[in-house]
Order: sequence, then structure tokens, then C-alpha cells
Amino acid sequence: MPVATMSFASILPAIPEMALAVAICLILLLDVYGGAGKRGLTATATLVALAVTAWLTFRYGEVEQRTVLFNGLYVADRLGVFLKLASMLSVGVSLFYSQAYLQRRSIVGGEYYVLALTTLLGICVLISANSLLTIYLGVELLSLSLYAMVAFDRDSGIAAESAIKYFVLGAIASGALLYGMSMLYGMSGTLDLDRLAATATTAGAGYIIGIAFVIVGVAFKFGAVPFHMWVPDVYQGAPTSVTLFVATAPKLAAFAFAFRLLSHGLGHDTLVWTQMLTGISVLSLVLGNVVAIAQTSIKRMLAYSAIGNVGFILLGFSTGQAAGYRAALIYTLVYVLTVLGSFGVVMLAARVGSEADEISDYKGLATRDPLLALMMLFLMLSTAGIPPFAGFWAKLWIIQSLLNSGMVGLASTAVLLSVVGAFYYLRVIWYMYFEPAAPGSSVDTQFGARFALTLNALAVLALGLLPNALFALCNGLID
Amino acid sequence: MQGSGLLSLLIWLPIAGGLLTLALGDSRARLARWLALLTSIATLGLTVPLYLGFNNSTASFQFLERVPWIPQLHSDYALGIDGISLPLILLTAFMTVPVIIAGWTVIEKRIAQYFAAFLILEGLMIGVFAALDSLLFYFFWEAMLIPMFIIIGIWGGPRRVYATLKFFLYTFLGSVLMLVALVYLYLKAGDYSLAAFQQLPLTLIEQRWIFLAFLLAFAVKVPMWPVHTWLPDAHVEAPTGGSVILAAIMLKMGGYGLLRFSLPITPDACRELDWLVIGMSLIAIVYIGLVALVQQDMKKLVAYSSIAHMGFVTLGAFIVFQIHDVSGSYRGAINGMDGAIVQMVSHGLISGALFLCIGVMYDRVHSREISAYGGVINVMPKFGALMVLFALANSGLPGTSGFVGEFLVILASFRANFWYAALAGTTLVLGAAYTLWLVKRVLFGEVANDHVAHMKDLNGREFLILAALAVAVLIIGLWPAPLVQMMEASVRHLLEQVAISKIPVV
Repeated sequence: MPVATMSFASILPAIPEMALAVAICLILLLDVYGGAGKRGLTATATLVALAVTAWLTFRYGEVEQRTVLFNGLYVADRLGVFLKLASMLSVGVSLFYSQAYLQRRSIVGGEYYVLALTTLLGICVLISANSLLTIYLGVELLSLSLYAMVAFDRDSGIAAESAIKYFVLGAIASGALLYGMSMLYGMSGTLDLDRLAATATTAGAGYIIGIAFVIVGVAFKFGAVPFHMWVPDVYQGAPTSVTLFVATAPKLAAFAFAFRLLSHGLGHDTLVWTQMLTGISVLSLVLGNVVAIAQTSIKRMLAYSAIGNVGFILLGFSTGQAAGYRAALIYTLVYVLTVLGSFGVVMLAARVGSEADEISDYKGLATRDPLLALMMLFLMLSTAGIPPFAGFWAKLWIIQSLLNSGMVGLASTAVLLSVVGAFYYLRVIWYMYFEPAAPGSSVDTQFGARFALTLNALAVLALGLLPNALFALCNGLID
Repeated sequence: MQGSGLLSLLIWLPIAGGLLTLALGDSRARLARWLALLTSIATLGLTVPLYLGFNNSTASFQFLERVPWIPQLHSDYALGIDGISLPLILLTAFMTVPVIIAGWTVIEKRIAQYFAAFLILEGLMIGVFAALDSLLFYFFWEAMLIPMFIIIGIWGGPRRVYATLKFFLYTFLGSVLMLVALVYLYLKAGDYSLAAFQQLPLTLIEQRWIFLAFLLAFAVKVPMWPVHTWLPDAHVEAPTGGSVILAAIMLKMGGYGLLRFSLPITPDACRELDWLVIGMSLIAIVYIGLVALVQQDMKKLVAYSSIAHMGFVTLGAFIVFQIHDVSGSYRGAINGMDGAIVQMVSHGLISGALFLCIGVMYDRVHSREISAYGGVINVMPKFGALMVLFALANSGLPGTSGFVGEFLVILASFRANFWYAALAGTTLVLGAAYTLWLVKRVLFGEVANDHVAHMKDLNGREFLILAALAVAVLIIGLWPAPLVQMMEASVRHLLEQVAISKIPVV
């Protein structure tokens, strides 16, 4: 490999990540010198940093064709740019929704925003990873920041407990991932995903073991069965603003993780890992949808719902074909958009002294706050996959990619399990609309967050009615 | 004939009116009511040019509209009607007006939402009947569940949550496998248009699976025995308007689906498995008829009666193959198909009217139990006369619309097998028994108690809607020719499609 000459022009596509790293340092300093009195400044600076990074991504990340930088460690392509922009938007929206929530619980701290940004940096690194090392770097940066965020409310015992669980399980998964990567390196002699992809397959036992361990890492990041144990505890234990954070942008990162590593790097061994993923996705669908029925906490219910939805995303990967990856991308995007709104509602419905994390807290929301209830109705029906909402199309693409690969049984199983899943989304609507309101409860009026949330839910409806722009975009990203 | 956007207008006008009504909110309930009424009347008015502009002599789709919708899925926003969908669209627009009027003062909570839900539902239902693209069809088909779920859940009876969840999940379960079948067909045909599906050659094995997936979806909706159990619960718990729409229109979608999807797309599987549908239909007619006889709850009785009457729709549609086997031609089969469609329209009017009648009594006494009434006709003579008319129509009295459909189907089944006709004919006894016995216990006799004694006769609003329905029932019963002519060319075309095997010649 020729030694690349480092000119400024050649590293342009990586400018956004660098800018983000600089911004993180600046915001940390700003927070230290600004002091506790100027917390609002930190939040604003974070949103500004996000906007600047997004602009830089848009401006410099735009590449004509796939470009590889830093001796093959970093790849810039249109998919990466798009996923980064989506992650930044998702992080920005999550932070915007959580402002009032954090203030009310007096768990404001400048570190919260800094950790959110380092998570984002990890996500961006992972999205642009073109080497096993970069992947690992991205995964660790992302995970370590998230562990700290989950534990952010240090007075809450349950948050600390879930953070410890998350950390221990995450460490094991990282170990497994690293071990799998070392096996792959040992068998192929390269860390570079391009060269790994070009290596003629031998599909020997070493490869299979290596792939199996790598899959553990992927499944853990997605939160798929049997590596899902952390999901319900973290979703329930973490402050809702962190749950919202964990549930959204990292899912985009997990998609990129699976796409770069499996579809690209191990693209010649699809037969090996698609079988593993098929098993994992069916187990996730069954466990996620069935166990969610028994939940009384809405955060925990949405956690099991996440497991079930991840099952759908992985089904797209398990086809081992570009059509399936595209379906998985559409599904991930729609899912992230919907979950942003769902947890946004959970946060707005939360009051001082009540987290609104029991499903029964939503009783009579339709009379207390008709707009919020209607938006939640949209979001729940979308997640259930009922037209005219975006979630329907996401499911349709997955089913279509499965049938295209001849997997009729798998497609039928998936749709039947989604009927089981529909029950617990309908239960939220039932509590909101069919039950009388609990006395003496009112909902906060935060104009900004409510407005953004309304836009968010209406976007889910609009994408359900006219989804073609989204489809055209996603089809252009993966060929 | 090229469309003028009339069908789109029929779909989106009520939906837009519904959204506007919703936006008005309960604080302006009076305005919301009037807006809802005007929207539903305007929608009904729009069906006049639809009816007048419709050409009876051709089986091809009319008032066509085609705009690319999702090019990535080769799916168009394609609308059009033929002689099978037009009567059902007319029925939908016609039935929504009485539903709106019936809820005028009865609904006291969340008034705007109530009327909005029915208007949105109307648009979606017309969409189901007008869609020529199967993805668009599925889109409307599923979206329709949402307003009905809300209607039963908010304004229903004491067990409304159980009933509405059962309704939603049952029908959702039925439809998802249809979606898998539609996607499978799309991957073979290359686009989602109904025409492409109907022309697509399919092996018998493929047809069998697709047929079963379709049957599950449509049989739940019809509903056919043994997947009917959601219907009595939904009817009993739903508010009057919900019951009317459910019985009058939603059930027809199952029958429509069988005619539009099952028969033309999988004709060979239909031929092979017609015994299944015929068997289920006959069980519905006889067994469910007996079940209706023992009901104590008026709404439940009419619900079971609906299932039995819908048995005629499925019987009439699937008897064609055996008629062909016996007589060697499809000529006699046209009666069966005609009968099936007339029965759909007629049952829509009659069951809707009966549910409205029950609603009228419920509003006064707040009970659906038969035993809570007796001698109602003594205090409500106008109401009594109309209800007797609907009851007679429900038991198939000649001169009412109920007679035409049942007679045509029994006539057709005679051509196939004497015993089919004999079993189907039991409805003339059973139907008369449960309906007239209901009338005897509720309307006639001595005034049963003080509640009944204090019942006031129909007010102007109630009289208006019941009288309009009575006129419609009588017109179709005495002069069914316009209705039959409207559908004739399309039914013939459907029979031609059914007659041709789609199994590819190797």
C-alpha cells in the first residue's frame, strides 16, 4: 500500500468529526468557566455545535464517489453522510426535547451535553469505519459515553444499577467483539474491511467462530435476543431523556456497524452470518412482542418493543442482499423517527414527582391534552405498522425483501408476530382515549418541545401518505 | 370514460370535512354537527353525477384516475369503479347521512371527535371500494380500522374495550397474511395494479396458498362461520352509529374482496376449494340462524342475523363452479352473483335500519334486553310500523329488498344441488322465526312496564332517517332492475374471468 500523503484536501471529508471533537473540548471549557449559573448557555452552545457540524458534514462530507482516507481506516460515502446527518438531527432533537425535563429534575450538568456529543462522535466514527480497528474505536467511544449518561442521575439507585448492568454486559460484548475481530484478523491477515471483503472465502472453522463472536457484538449493540438483557433495565432505569437518547441515534450507529462489518466486510460469507441473524431476529421478534404485553411501565414496554423492532431490522440483513439492507435502512430511519416522538411524549407527560412511566399514567390523556394524545396515537399506530403511517412502509419493505429471497415462512412469522405486538400499542391508545382522566393531573406546556413533537408526529403521518422521497433517497444510498 | 377526479373528491371530501370537524372541537359542538351533516350530504350529492355518468353497458372500469404514487414499489394512486363497486359506494354515501343524524343529540361527550371519526371512516371506505391498486386497497382497508376502533372504544357500552380490541386484532390478524400474498403477487407481476394480478398466471399450489390468505382476510370481515365471534361483541358494545356502519358497510368489504380479489386472481383454487366456502356459508345460514333464535339481546340477535344473511353473499359468489359442473355453462351462475351483490346492498339497508330502530328504543329505555320491552307499538305507533316493515324485509318478504337477493341465490343454488337450496331455504323459516319473534316480544302485546309506557314516539329526525331507509328497501324490493342492470356487465365479465384457468401451460 502506498504511503498516503496527508494533504488538507485529502482529509476534508473527515472535517466534521474533527470539528465535533474541537467543539466538545470548547463546550467542556465553557461549562467549567461559565459555572452553574449559565447552564442554558451550554445547551445552546451544544445545539449550535450540532448545527455547525451538520453544516460541515453537508458541505465537506458530500463526496462524488466512495473515498477511503487515512490508510484505509476511514471511508466517506453518501450513506455515511446521510447517516451522520440523521444522527445529528436525532441527537439535536433528543436534547431539545429533554431541556425542560432535565431542569425540572435538577440533573442539569454541562457534562450531560458533552457526553451526548462524545456519543455522537462515536456514532460518526462508527458510521465512517472502514477497518476493524475504527469500528472498535467507534463502538467503545459510543458505549462508554452511554454508560456514563445512564448513570447521570447519581441520586437514583435504579439508574446506577442499570448503568452497572449495561457496563458489565457491554464490556463482555466488547470483549467478544474484539476476540472475533482477532480471529478474523488471524484468518485473513488484514484489518481493512475492503481487503477483508476481497479475501477469497475459505469459510473454515476459524472464520465461522470469528464471525459468531463479531455477531455477538452487533446483536448487543442492537439489543437483540439473546443479548438483550440490558435493554429493559436501561430503558426503565435511566432518566427518560437518556432513554430517549439511547433508543434513537445509537440505533443508526448499530445499523452502520452491521452494514459496514457484515454486508461489506464479510459480504462473501453471507451464508454464515445470515443464518445466525435469522435465528437472532426470530427470537427477538418472539420475545420482544410477547413479553411487552406483560409490561406495566411504558418505558419497559417500549424497551421490549425496541427488541421486537430490532428483530425486523435484522430480518432485512438476514436476506444477505442489497434489497434487504435497503429495507433495514428504511426501517431503522422510520423507527428512530417514531421513537424520538414516543419518548418525547413520555417526557412531556412526565410531571414533577411523577415520571409518567406507568402505562396507567396515560389514562384520560385524550381529555387532559388532546393534541399530545393524538400525536401519541399516530406514533403508536406507526410502530404497530398500520397505514397510513410510516411504520407500515418500513414493515412492507422488510416483508418484500424476505419474499424476494424466497423466505415466505419467515415473512409470515414476522407479520403474525406484529399482530401480537399491535396489542400493546393499542393498549396505550386505550388508556389515553377510553379511560376517564385521573383527577388533578395536568400536563406541562412547553411550547417549543410541543411544537417540535407535533412536527415529529406529523412527519410520521406525512411519510406514511407520501413515502416516495424517503424510498428514493434510501435506494440511492445502497446499491 | 376518463374521470374528472370525482372519485378522489368522494374519498377526500369526507376526510377533509372530518379533519375540519375535529379541529372545531367540542366547544363548538353545534357548528361541528352541522359541518358533519353538510359534508355527508355533499358527499351523497357527489354520488349523483357518479350514478348518472356511469355506463351500464361496459364491464371496464370507469371514472379512472391514475397518478404515480410510489414508483419504487410500482404502485399507483389508481381509482375506478365498475358495476360491482358502484352500488357499494352509493350504499356507503347513503348510510353515512342517517348515522350522522342519528348521533345528533344522543352523543353527549366528545361530539366533534364522534362526527369526525364517521366522516373519515366514510372516506376510507369509499377508498376501499374505488381502489384499483392493491397496495392502495390495503392502505384504505387497514386505515379504516382506526376510526372504528376509536368509535367503539370511546362511545361504546360497558365492555367496549374488550370488544374493540377483539375487533381490531381479529381483523388485523386476518389481513396481515393477505399483505404477504399481495407482496408475493407483486414480486411475480411487477406492479401492484389489480389488472396485473388478475392476468398473472399462477400454479395451482401458489393459488391455493394465496386463496387461503385472501379467504382468511375476507372471511373475518364478512364474517363467515367460524371466524365470526368478534362481530356480536363489536355490535353489542358499539354505539348505534358504529353498529350501523359495521353492519351496513364494513361487512360488505369481505364480500367485495372475495369478488374482486379471490375469484379473479385465484380462479382455479376457488374452483378446487369452493366446497370450503359453500360449507361455511351453509353452516352460517343454518347454524347461526338457530343461534340468533335464542338471543336475549336485540343487538346480538341482529348481529347473528347479519352473519346468516352474509352467508348468502358468499354462497352466491362461490356456487358458480358447481353450476358449471352440473349444467355445463356459466349462464345460470349469473343469478348467484347478482343475488350476492343485491344481498349486500339490501342487507346494508335492512341491518342498518334495524340497528337504528334498536338505537331509537335504547335511547329511551337504555336497555337492549328483549325482556325489558313489550307492547312498544301501543306507545310508538309510527316507530312500530316502520320496524315491522324492516323486520319483514329482514325475513325476506317479497316486495322488500331482502327477498330479491335471497331468492336469486336460492335459485342459483338449485341449479347446483338440490340440498344446497334446501338448506339455504331454511332461512325463510329461521329468519322469519327469529325476526318476527323479536317483533312480537318487543312491539306487540300489553305495555310491559312503566319505562315502555313513557316512551315517546319518533321525533322528526328519527322519522326522517327511518322513512328514507324504508323507501330504499321498498324501491329495491319492488323494482330491482336498475340495480341489477348496473352490475350486469361487470358480473358477466367476472364470470368470464372465473371460467378461464390461470394455471400456466407447461
